[in-house]
Amino acid sequence: MVVKVKPTDTAIEVAELNFYYGDTQALFNINLSIPSKMVTALIGPSGCGKSTFLRTLNRMNDIIDDTRLAGTIKIDGTDIYESGMDIVSLRKSVGMVFQKSNPFPKSIFDNVAYGPRIHGIKSSELLTEIVEKSLERSGLWDEVKDRLDDNALGLSGGQQQRLCIARALAVQPEILLMDEPASALDPRSTAKVEDLIGELKEDYTIIIVTHNMQQAARVSDYTAFFYEGSLVEYGVTSNLFTNPKAKQTEDYITGRFG
Amino acid sequence: MSYKLKEILITSGLRLTTYAIVFVIGYILVDIIWHGLPVINWQFLTEMPRRGGAEGGIFPAIVGTAYLVAGTILIALPFGVGSAIYLSEYARRNRVTELIRLAIITLAGVPSIVFGLFGLGLFVIFFGFGASILAGSITLACMVLPTIIVTSEEALRAVPRSFREGSLALGASKWQAVRTNVLPYSFSGIITGAILGIGRAAGETAPILLTVAAFFLPRLPQSIFDQVMALPYHLYILATQHPDASKVLPLQYGTALVLLILVLGLSLGAIIIRSHFRRKYRW
Repeated sequence: MVVKVKPTDTAIEVAELNFYYGDTQALFNINLSIPSKMVTALIGPSGCGKSTFLRTLNRMNDIIDDTRLAGTIKIDGTDIYESGMDIVSLRKSVGMVFQKSNPFPKSIFDNVAYGPRIHGIKSSELLTEIVEKSLERSGLWDEVKDRLDDNALGLSGGQQQRLCIARALAVQPEILLMDEPASALDPRSTAKVEDLIGELKEDYTIIIVTHNMQQAARVSDYTAFFYEGSLVEYGVTSNLFTNPKAKQTEDYITGRFG
Repeated sequence: MSYKLKEILITSGLRLTTYAIVFVIGYILVDIIWHGLPVINWQFLTEMPRRGGAEGGIFPAIVGTAYLVAGTILIALPFGVGSAIYLSEYARRNRVTELIRLAIITLAGVPSIVFGLFGLGLFVIFFGFGASILAGSITLACMVLPTIIVTSEEALRAVPRSFREGSLALGASKWQAVRTNVLPYSFSGIITGAILGIGRAAGETAPILLTVAAFFLPRLPQSIFDQVMALPYHLYILATQHPDASKVLPLQYGTALVLLILVLGLSLGAIIIRSHFRRKYRW
């Protein structure tokens, strides 16, 4: 498959990013620009910092005690770590899908309506419309439209993950962060999620952490390889996989470690 | 000794300890019901006591205890759940919060008469509430607070982290996440704490002795600044202070049985509420 890379805008600009858990440094001087409305994959062995990096982009690391960050992350030109940044509106525009699908133990409808509701939407017609649109967008509508009031925990693993994607879409983000969204799914569900990612990138900037290199190759336009907290290599996915520049990248993608 | 024999001995030993406890509780219950039931009738439950409690009913003591339990829960639940939410959701885990936890656990072990003296000094005298429902309820609330805080905090911590993260990631503020996605799922645990609190508040004598309980007050309280009679204190009076203790023995049993039924009834109510929440917020 040939990946066409069109010249695009930058969605996220990361400069000299260092991140610490207490005294342990987890990210070392990360610099990269993430293109808008494309899929960027973050790969690397366990503990390389890719998930930590992902979670700096919506400030989810803030909820962990004793973390510290230096450097800048600009989204739409605004440094999201500057004082006075509204974290609620940041997380509204930067949605997140977690590794372990985490539907709330509520009805399917209430799961998707959760975000819009906390942001103050009360009209039930509007909520119904948002829920339907979000579920359609995540390809789940036809499977669940007759049982929106059923508990979301009754869905299959793959359906649960697509529900979580629908839930994230319902607050109309611009950027979607995905932390190994398919790692706990069977191959068929994985394929569905991957197809969905391909569709969603028309409208959303997607950043996906994955352990699965075939998946990175299949779904992403750009790939960043992390190793021991540093960004080793970053480029167009097809180039990085066929012609890695760094020795570590080559070793990793050919399966010599990781 | 063969391991089989050992196994049998240990199993029987453990079984015996359990049965012994059941036996003791069963004996107490049967004894109280056996002697108390004949005393209980409509007059006993609804009439004012006469002649220092030797005759008549125990109505004001029932009402008094009901008021005290209600007051205690009304005060202890918001404070207890509030601080549990703070400790579990907001406070960082460091030396200060560990010290707070230690203080709470220590508070749970303070003898109830100490709470009584504390309530007398602070609420009755210093704040000038006098011996009153208000002073008694606050004192009882202080006593049951540790139980409510500890059980509530455990209930909150049992809610998976992913509920919080999922909510925050959608742009919920911390309080929104806690209110909509943590608190509802810990209700059943919090109510368990409340049940334990109710039981203690209804049954304790020492804390109310100095802060609210009246020896003999054959009328109902008019405000929260009135004294009341209370079942456990009334029982204590009948059993130890009454000039003709043996004559009022049946009344003691009756009072004890009413107290037991009241506590059981309140707990049962709370258990029903709890199972309602369990069904509604299953996870």
